[in-house]
Amino acid sequence: MMYCLKCQDWISQPVTWSTLFLPNEQTQLCDSCQSQLKRIAGTICERCGRQMPNETMCEDCNKWQSNKKYRDTLLFNRSLFQYTPFMQEVITQWKYRGDYQLKDIFSPYIKKEIRNFYPTKSFTIVPIPLTNERLHDRAFNQAIAIAEIIAHHHKNPVIHALSRNVSHSEKQSKKSRQQRITTKNPFFLTKSLETDVLLVDDIYTTGMTIHHAAKLLQEAGCAHIYSFTLVR
Amino acid sequence: MNFSKFLAGKLLLTSELPLTKPTIDYLFRTNQSKQLPSITTKYGRHQCNRCGNRNQQLFADIPCARCDHPHLYCRNCIQTGRVLQCDILIVWNGSKPAWPLQTQPCHWTGTLTPPQQKAADAIEQTIEYKQKELLIWAVCGSGKTEMLFPAITKAITESKRICIATPRADVVRELFPRLKQAFPDTEIEALYADSPDRTDKGQLIISTTHQLIRYQEAFDVMIIDEIDAFPFHHDKTLAYLTTRACKKDATSIYLTATPRPEHKQKISHKKLPVQFVPIRFHGQPLPIPQLKIEINLRKKLQKGTESKALQQFLTTRPESRQLLIFVPKIPLLKKVAERYQAIAVHAEDPDRKEKVEQFRQKKIDILVTTTILERGVTFPSVDVVILDAGHHVFDEAALVQIAGRAGRSPDDPGGNVLFIHQGKTNAMEDAIAQIKMMNKKGKKL
Ligand SMILES: [Zn+2]
Ligand SMILES: [Zn+2]
Ligand SMILES: [Zn+2]
Repeated sequence: MMYCLKCQDWISQPVTWSTLFLPNEQTQLCDSCQSQLKRIAGTICERCGRQMPNETMCEDCNKWQSNKKYRDTLLFNRSLFQYTPFMQEVITQWKYRGDYQLKDIFSPYIKKEIRNFYPTKSFTIVPIPLTNERLHDRAFNQAIAIAEIIAHHHKNPVIHALSRNVSHSEKQSKKSRQQRITTKNPFFLTKSLETDVLLVDDIYTTGMTIHHAAKLLQEAGCAHIYSFTLVR
Repeated sequence: MNFSKFLAGKLLLTSELPLTKPTIDYLFRTNQSKQLPSITTKYGRHQCNRCGNRNQQLFADIPCARCDHPHLYCRNCIQTGRVLQCDILIVWNGSKPAWPLQTQPCHWTGTLTPPQQKAADAIEQTIEYKQKELLIWAVCGSGKTEMLFPAITKAITESKRICIATPRADVVRELFPRLKQAFPDTEIEALYADSPDRTDKGQLIISTTHQLIRYQEAFDVMIIDEIDAFPFHHDKTLAYLTTRACKKDATSIYLTATPRPEHKQKISHKKLPVQFVPIRFHGQPLPIPQLKIEINLRKKLQKGTESKALQQFLTTRPESRQLLIFVPKIPLLKKVAERYQAIAVHAEDPDRKEKVEQFRQKKIDILVTTTILERGVTFPSVDVVILDAGHHVFDEAALVQIAGRAGRSPDDPGGNVLFIHQGKTNAMEDAIAQIKMMNKKGKKL
């Protein structure tokens, strides 16, 4: 007998693998929660990995590509899950309530998919940092948790090359879209790095966070910068 | 500053304490507060001292960035805040809180019916003689909130602290304004997740059971609403929290319309004192369910073909009433609703509140639902039908509760209750026997 990681219902029967894109490991979810995890599948925006009705570049990426400073800074992003209300709940429970263990839900998917996403195997993993204050509140950084899962399964090194300024700690969601675009880069480099890089975070919303981080690494001399988020 | 009102009877994580570090240190130094470890380990088994969890599967490891060590946290109580092993729990060790003296705290001007008054007296005496517990077995629609007023009045005049605990946040939200109106000079708090009416200094607290996690030896009087709806048998945490929130010599009052078998057994063995309120506040008897057998009913429901018994009922029912149809499973909702031009609603329905409200405003004639509407919701004038009343989700308590939706208004105390089934079950017989027993008791009054 075991509990569903998300809803803590008993999982009484062996989990059945009815959905198409499931990897062959235990995600430790009950059938009901499992069926609500929605993978990104079919046609996607080739830059940010968002699920699209047809093969076009999404609006966010059009904006980044038409920006002289940020164009081609990030080669592309790939994500595993769609941002459904269920995924929103999972992320809330994991990140904001601080239920660290929920990382195990994602682990088998990360193990299976990372290799298919990127043209190179020799990248350094750089997690997006939190401010010290927020790190203290949460007691863990969700991006580091994801980075460590990738490192564990694929043996890439994790380098904490970035830090985050305190003054930019206010919640992004409180700002308008325009404000977010013009926000100053909140990150600074703490280590020199010139390898290919995989930036890692939990959610890709407008791409702002990832692009800011990518810009710094590009200027530092990293040639190819990719990113991975759980959710797009 | 006097912290006793804020801290007495509480058990708080540092993050839940709205005080600065120097203030907390001062309270420890002056021995007004004590600290307990949050998670303890004995013989290799962990226990969360906040929620009482001892299920080892509900402890997990976290590489803690606060203390730079990997250690445990409790997953059992994480919905009300995370317990890290490196955190502490803070309890009050100072003077007792002095609640304002009131001689006439109750401003309610209504009157109780004789059966309500009898129950009110019994509750008051149980508290007065500091007896351990009393169960009030009151039929659906008996007006139980008002019955509590005399006892609450008495407790307030004696500077006691009172808690009304209920499994559902809806009930907390509904009771709060009514109690504030009845006891305008008493500090009252409403506690549920994200409640705006949390003051941390209530003498009278209306709370969901989960929120009692922040209390320890706080209450002189604990009133537990819908004791049968508590998932006590699934989840030991809620029983543990309710007991821990009580002072050692506290009195507990249980309210129910449909006691669980274990309570009934205690009653019949005279181990649990009971007071019946067998009649509704309007004085009319409960509608008795009619049984109607239908061959191949389950097959018909499954296929979405029509139920003859329901069809027959629809042609004869009075048009002035609305109709509530209960089905055992969510997949049947849509099939039934489509056939009878009705609206379907279930527990996880995002539009649940709106649909129920529309039905209340009579914008919808027929509402098809699962057992979620079996308790709590009151519509003045409805007929009630259960399709497949023999299904196991309809146990005795559920059937009594569902039948109790009909005839709530003094203007229309009748109401039809029809159980359509394909084979009579014990639950149906027991439910009808229970309703008849209450009506018989009611007649004798
Ligand atoms: Zn895109
Ligand atoms: Zn706990
Ligand atoms: Zn710690």
